[in-house]
Amino acid sequence: MDRPLTHHIQPDKQPLSLKKYEKQGGYQAVQKALRDFDPVDLQNHVKEAGLKGRGGAGFNTGLKWSFVPMGDDAPRPKYLVANADEMEPGTFKDRLLMESNPHLFLEGIILSAYAIGAEKSYIFLRWAYHLSKKNLEKAIAGAYENNYLGENIQGSGFNLDLHIHISAGRYICGEETALLNALEGKRANPRAKPPFPQTSGLWGKPTIVQNVETLANVPGIVNNGINWYKDISNSEEDGGTKLYGVSGKVKNPGLWELPMGTTSREIIEEHAGGMQDGLKLNGWLPGGASTDFMVEEHLDVPMDYGSVMEIGSRLGTGTMIVLDDQTCPVGMIENLEHFFAQESCGWCTPCRDGLPWTEKILHAIEHGEGKMEDLDQLARHSKWLGPGKTYCALAPGAVEPLQSGLKYFREDFERHINEQRCPWS
Amino acid sequence: MPTIYIDDNPYEVKEGKNLLDAVLSLGEDLPYFCWHPDLGSVGACRQCAVIQFQDEEDEQGRLVMACMTPASEGTRISIQHPDASQFRENVIEWLMVNHPHDCPVCDEGGECHLQDMTVMSGHNYRDFRFKKRTHRNQDLGPFINHEMNRCIACYRCVRYYRDYAGGGDLQAFAAHDHVYFGRHEDGVLESEFSGNLVEVCPTGVFTDKTLKRHYTRKWDLQSAPSICNHCGLGCNTIAGERYGTLRRILNRYNSSVNGSFLCDRGRFGYEFVNDDARILTPVMKNVETRQFEEVSEDDAVAKIAELTRDKNSVIGIGSPRASLESNFALRTLVGSNRYSSGMSNAETELVNLSRQILNDGPAHSASLKDVEKSDAVLVLGEDLTNTAPMMALAVRQAVRNQPVEKAKQAGIPEWNDNAVRELIQDEKGPLYLATPTNTKLDDVATKTYNAAPQDLARFGFAVAQFLAEESPKVIGLDEDVKSMAKSAADALKNAKRPLVISGTSLLNKSLIQSAANVAWSLCANGKKAEIALTVPEANSMGMSFLEGQGIESAFERAASDDIKTAIILENDLTRRVDSKAWNQFLKNVENIVVIDHLENETTAAADILLPAGTFADSDGTLINNEGRAQRFFQAFEDDSAVQESWRWLQGVLDLGKDTDVSDWYSLDNVFSAMTKSVDTFKGDIVVAPDAKFRINDQKIPRSPYRYSGRTAMKANVDIHVHKPPQDPDSPLSFSMEGYSGKQPSGLTSFFWSPGWNSVQSTNKYKNEVGGELRGGDPGIRLIEPKRNASPKYFTEVPEPFSPREGEWLSIPLHHIFGSEELSAKSFGLSKRAPEPYVALNPSSAEKLGLQMESRVSVKLDGTEHTLPITLHENLPDGVIGLPVGLPDFNGIPLPNWSKISGATE
Ligand SMILES: Cc1cc2nc3c(=O)[nH]c(=O)nc-3n(C[C@H](O)[C@H](O)[C@H](O)COP(=O)(O)O)c2cc1C
Ligand code: SF4
Ligand code: SF4
Ligand code: SF4
Ligand code: FES
Repeated sequence: MDRPLTHHIQPDKQPLSLKKYEKQGGYQAVQKALRDFDPVDLQNHVKEAGLKGRGGAGFNTGLKWSFVPMGDDAPRPKYLVANADEMEPGTFKDRLLMESNPHLFLEGIILSAYAIGAEKSYIFLRWAYHLSKKNLEKAIAGAYENNYLGENIQGSGFNLDLHIHISAGRYICGEETALLNALEGKRANPRAKPPFPQTSGLWGKPTIVQNVETLANVPGIVNNGINWYKDISNSEEDGGTKLYGVSGKVKNPGLWELPMGTTSREIIEEHAGGMQDGLKLNGWLPGGASTDFMVEEHLDVPMDYGSVMEIGSRLGTGTMIVLDDQTCPVGMIENLEHFFAQESCGWCTPCRDGLPWTEKILHAIEHGEGKMEDLDQLARHSKWLGPGKTYCALAPGAVEPLQSGLKYFREDFERHINEQRCPWS
Repeated sequence: MPTIYIDDNPYEVKEGKNLLDAVLSLGEDLPYFCWHPDLGSVGACRQCAVIQFQDEEDEQGRLVMACMTPASEGTRISIQHPDASQFRENVIEWLMVNHPHDCPVCDEGGECHLQDMTVMSGHNYRDFRFKKRTHRNQDLGPFINHEMNRCIACYRCVRYYRDYAGGGDLQAFAAHDHVYFGRHEDGVLESEFSGNLVEVCPTGVFTDKTLKRHYTRKWDLQSAPSICNHCGLGCNTIAGERYGTLRRILNRYNSSVNGSFLCDRGRFGYEFVNDDARILTPVMKNVETRQFEEVSEDDAVAKIAELTRDKNSVIGIGSPRASLESNFALRTLVGSNRYSSGMSNAETELVNLSRQILNDGPAHSASLKDVEKSDAVLVLGEDLTNTAPMMALAVRQAVRNQPVEKAKQAGIPEWNDNAVRELIQDEKGPLYLATPTNTKLDDVATKTYNAAPQDLARFGFAVAQFLAEESPKVIGLDEDVKSMAKSAADALKNAKRPLVISGTSLLNKSLIQSAANVAWSLCANGKKAEIALTVPEANSMGMSFLEGQGIESAFERAASDDIKTAIILENDLTRRVDSKAWNQFLKNVENIVVIDHLENETTAAADILLPAGTFADSDGTLINNEGRAQRFFQAFEDDSAVQESWRWLQGVLDLGKDTDVSDWYSLDNVFSAMTKSVDTFKGDIVVAPDAKFRINDQKIPRSPYRYSGRTAMKANVDIHVHKPPQDPDSPLSFSMEGYSGKQPSGLTSFFWSPGWNSVQSTNKYKNEVGGELRGGDPGIRLIEPKRNASPKYFTEVPEPFSPREGEWLSIPLHHIFGSEELSAKSFGLSKRAPEPYVALNPSSAEKLGLQMESRVSVKLDGTEHTLPITLHENLPDGVIGLPVGLPDFNGIPLPNWSKISGATE
């Protein structure tokens, strides 16, 4: 089985030196692209391969690039920004890539920057990722030394600078437009679209923001081609492999590179080793905290963007949070809404003032002070904080576990209220 | 014009608007918070939600924010759709989660946008049953009260204060439902335009602290349309009174003048009206005791008539802070050749020069709106923030015009505020500032040049030279100054609406002449150039129309001719001439008659003193720097003897019988007598609807429709239906009675519309959002350029400034808080005025061996002042600055040469 994202990773997780990485075929994609691809060709290539953004939204990456103004009169500088904020609860996939396979990530940045004609790039890094920072800095220094970064890269005439920016540590900073504001030193409020970052992004210039894992997919596509990329996937629509993760009370929590479209059953039962002894699977959030619960009946749904969407959830980041039968779902949801309410940027009304309300209601229910009307209030919030109502996607994501929790665990909510206590405590 | 469909009805709307703007411009209702007519859209509050349909077939639609959606051809929306209205109701409920439910004790109550929108959205009972979050309030200085718990986080305040007005010390802090709007620590808000927060904030977070000292509700106010009398720009205001005290000043929208905003001098400078030093009865000095004694009105008038019987023995000194009518009455009484403008000779000359430039030349006299719309600006000499504050705010908007044009070309509509700001970043259009020292506009300037006034003028002449060969050459200019002049000239030439600003504040003739040359040379290049010349006071330009002489000339006359009596109108002459000249004048005349409203050094010298009305308790007409005549109306009438100065003078004239003033019983008649007899006014001029104006036979009310009724009018005294005072001067009634529709534009005593109690009701009075008032903006321009006149360039280029050994050129430095006489007496403003100082640059200080904490003695015209020093990095060598007009430091003739004798510790 091809594992283009992780095959360079050694058992001790130590990153390869640049030389060793090169020996294993590293930076071939950069050489090849600079030699054989016109930037717009590269955009089309990636578009046709069907690479979709791994940051959660699943938008076709090559298509996104095609909106960047190209040519001599395009505004300059253009920017490529790697979104390495990874603040989504339960998500730790980008971290693995940055800690253990930094050169692959850099290669993805260089290729993508080349494809859109960017001359400056940033890695917007989660504040807590100290090891990532260390390993990236070393890799970047090596890339500069070997002229994979800097001026006239490999004699191609293409220039690229790369800087690491350490985030101040807010969940909203991972939202791509809030990220850009944060990078500019402004309050991390998102921006309205249009205009999209592709035309007016960082400091008002054309910008592409791309998730770490997305970027790491690009070298493989360049090296091995469109058909290969489609072939290594189990999914009808989506190409490539995916880093799937599992956290929660399973036997073997972790992260695996598997063909896109692997089922939850395989991921949870085989790779994560199933539930810990004595516990039963009650449900799971398929791709971070901001996705709708899936439950037992969904175990055989292929984990790709379209299939998960069809059953009313989202693939998100592809890193699951597993809920077992000994953990109170209301408590879990309260915890999540506490997180989201606290991480609301405070810009738009429904999210800023609605989420804390849901948190307070959930707290009351969990602590034996719930009322039946509270469930209507929660449902009302799920509805009015949904997609298109708020300024950015934080709030719609925040109510996904809530609305699906109300659907799948309604009895548990009612028991809390009827018994005026948490049945799990 | 695109057609849009609102709940299936077609409407034509103007190109380029967003849906909220379009809906409001149609006169329809849609609630909103974060949008503001002058700040554009950001989509934050989510209050303006509507359902938008793809096309006629689409029955589902999707929720969009009207303020963020273009009103393009064929747009179909529903405001009524239950999903939209329920969502809007929800938004209110969320906003109210942490909002206190105590409107009765909130200063915003009764004129609160949040109250209005809550009612409009239909939210009634709340389901939130938990504790509210609370905040700490800050002390923000004497103007603005802060009650953060009332905040609904609409972000308007910071967007106004920072993005629009360029302030730095108000910020949004923290996140989620803890967002906090305030300063990093307690302290005075630094912006000179902070008062607008009171109107910009839709809730009771930012309210008028001066109003709080004598609080009253909007519905209990009796107000009148007024004109700010604290600088020469003539911003339109609303003056509100209750129980005989003036309670506050609000903005009165006029799209050609001040738009939606005022400066803090204009808003908070009103409290002198209520001062204990108000003169309320006529008094006469007892010849023996030299003490004032009350006299009857008739006796006072008769006495003055007696003193003025022999016209040749009388001079009249008018005032640029008094109305045209009062000045005209004085001029009529004493004769035009014995009438003085009440301004110094120098000032009189400069104001006359300004009018001549605006009137005879080809360049258009710029309104504040023209300033705001210009796309390249050259400022010669003026520190606008301190001499013509609202013009500084307008220039701050003007520098955005060129970059915003680029954003528009990139497909971003101007109303999409954050997106426009993002795209243009710090880019600014051309602004060249030539001033003696640094100013508060430097941060948006393309280039600044700090030099002595005559060098600034040379710079101006050089700019003109680059634009027109025929304008005079400047010999011996430094290369860097020359190249800056060249780039300024290029920027102006390449602009669509170039503007030159200068003014009288440095009392330098060459500067104004150089500004005229620049504007005219642009006209010669085929540009529709604008010129704005600031003048010192509310009616300085009016004085030029009345063609009085300067004070010094009047004093000379008093010395040489057989002048026995001087009548001084609303003018503290001791602020304008030095004490030597004043004392000499007092010796030269036997009788001093003063008509004024506040005690001052001049009134103290009066033999007869009559109580005049202030802007708030009298009516009159003023002409602003642009040449726009505007009427201010009396907000209230009390039982004292206070009346318009012209009424006192009419009494005197009537007894004198030389002139027939029998029809001078109303302001209209005095005004028309003036326009008939003074040549500078050409024919019939209608400044405002006359006193006979009625709608449906009804007067226009001064009090809002929700006024408690006439029984309660004097509820502080008794409960009784008082007959309201008669008002021969205006069509306004002294009550809530009268026409209940929208008042005509010049007669708006309050903005109110059903469902709209807050200032946001202003939108209902406009042709469209951001547009003119319905029926046209009030006021009338009396100066129009001669577009085809070929420029007669001024030819006297001054010599370069050369510092003198042992002497310093002292120049006037103006202060928005402190330099203007009346506002400086107001409670809040007096706290913001600086202490007297002398400013010089650090190297001069070093040369003189001065430390920061040194006090120095400045000798000027034989008078010595001991002052602390203030270092001004950019003041030129050989030049020092002295503050102008401070309450205890005025009457100093500037500019002037002075001597500094080092530290006198
Ligand atoms: C609240 C919020 C947080 C987000 N956090 C992240 C993040 O930490 N990392 C990330 O890659 N994308 C994050 N996203 C998604 C980004 O907005 C954006 O879609 C993504 O970076 C685009 O890259 P992709 O197309 O490669 O996925 C977040 C979105 C939202 C609404
Ligand atoms: S939904 Fe609104 S408040 Fe929440 S994070 Fe996005 S912009 Fe901020
Ligand atoms: S203080 Fe007023 S203007 Fe500022 S965010 Fe709050 S409610 Fe809006
Ligand atoms: S700018 Fe002048 S006229 Fe306008 S409010 Fe201020 S002081 Fe008054
Ligand atoms: S007014 Fe439209 S979102 Fe605030």
